[in-house]
Amino acid sequence: MSAIYILWLRELRRYVRSRAQVVASLGQPLLYLLALGFGLGPVFQRAGEGSYVQFVAPGVIAMTVLFSAVFSGMGLLWDRQFGFLKETLVAPVPRIQVMLGRTLGGATVACIQGLLVGVVAFVAGFRVVDLRALPLALVFMGLIAALFSALGTAIGSAIENIQGFQLTMNFLVMPVFFLSGALFPLDHLPRVLSVITRVDPLAYGVDGLRSTLIGRAEFGLALDGAVLVVLGLVLLWTGSYLFRKIEV
Amino acid sequence: MIRVENLVRQFGDFAAVDRISFEVGAGEIFAFLGPNGAGKTTTIKMLTTLLRPTAGAIEIDGLDVARHPHEVRRRFGIVFQDPSLDGDMTAEENMELHGVFYHVPRKVRVERTERLLRLFELWERRRDVVKTFSGGMKRRLEIARGLLHTPKILFLDEPTLGLDPQTRNQLWTHVKDLNQAEGVTVFLTTHYMDEAERVAQRIAIMDHGKIVALGSPQELKQQTGKESLEEAFLALTGETIRDESANVSRDQLKMMAKMWSGRR
Repeated sequence: MSAIYILWLRELRRYVRSRAQVVASLGQPLLYLLALGFGLGPVFQRAGEGSYVQFVAPGVIAMTVLFSAVFSGMGLLWDRQFGFLKETLVAPVPRIQVMLGRTLGGATVACIQGLLVGVVAFVAGFRVVDLRALPLALVFMGLIAALFSALGTAIGSAIENIQGFQLTMNFLVMPVFFLSGALFPLDHLPRVLSVITRVDPLAYGVDGLRSTLIGRAEFGLALDGAVLVVLGLVLLWTGSYLFRKIEV
Repeated sequence: MIRVENLVRQFGDFAAVDRISFEVGAGEIFAFLGPNGAGKTTTIKMLTTLLRPTAGAIEIDGLDVARHPHEVRRRFGIVFQDPSLDGDMTAEENMELHGVFYHVPRKVRVERTERLLRLFELWERRRDVVKTFSGGMKRRLEIARGLLHTPKILFLDEPTLGLDPQTRNQLWTHVKDLNQAEGVTVFLTTHYMDEAERVAQRIAIMDHGKIVALGSPQELKQQTGKESLEEAFLALTGETIRDESANVSRDQLKMMAKMWSGRR
């Protein structure tokens, strides 16, 4: 059994044990899905864009994966606070393995959360247009999860206090979510906003999910996949570099 | 086994460890004594690759710690002064994770886990999540975990802090056994003179980041002309009470002063 596996398993065990947290973390996506989905539905329909629940569900799934992945990546901060981080840092395990185990574990948890929201969306009336594309949608979910889990780990390695977490949430994660096109279509946007959305990595994740799930694409799957893979690798590398530098 | 030369660790203007040098032989039990804030934990952190020294060299088992941190990590085990368990996992899972980290074969791990958890009276609670444990139980689990693999060097940073005499006794008996049966080198820090005297062959007394005396308990007593190690310790380090946070706040004050006055 390797260190990567046991750390991955640790993330899963913690997830399964914190049932209250699971429910709590699903609250926000559900609110977006149901309140916005049905609240903005009529306006969206009248604008000739079709069903808003159908449109927003992939976005809300992407959001769930984003939040969950960044959270677990930044779980590093809590491990630092409660001391467990030391145990992993003195162990004769290459730090890249420690980092990978954590990141993969966090990504897996994020995917499970995304799937749960997907199931709820189905109950709310969301339908996948072409079931054959579903495996590809799962791949995109995995890419989003890995990318942002690595980002979380990178940030968690670079900052030392819990206060930094709030800062990251407000100035990085929330903008990434709101500017990704998870909630609104990216066409016909004001020029500035359009440029900003194009540098938001989540925009490509949302687009990938939306293409595969409801057949509506903005950038195209090839570009989506390429951006996510390349940026994901860069962040993984950055994360493991910063993780290697940690002192306690 | 451990060789330290002119080791320095600076935090801002404050030298937590100030040019210390010492050697610990293979199979030796070596104790670090010192008042709060003397620099013991900082030294251990540098020896165990958790902190990079500002200057100086550390060699462990012939390996340069700065250049081969990973190789060095294979050679030691450590029981930290402050908690390092995962509170969301069970006692057994904490042991399992440690065993995997240190490449202990599964069979050995399972058998050793049982022996150690029984020794430290945690076996009945092995399936309970650690955050439900009392302070003493957590401490015992930390120690049990530190002993799961048999390293060449065992670092114990104030391992008996907050333990009752029974557990303390168990711990030192076990550590002495390990030292005699498997030749494990032990490097420990403690506040309890009687413990140091009981287990350590040599003692270094540290104060204000420097080693102020080094020798066997006997030698330290002779050197100061005192009857007990406790008296020798007080003679060497003075009788004023130290406060760890005092250093920090003094440091912070200095930083603030710098902030307001700028570089002059």
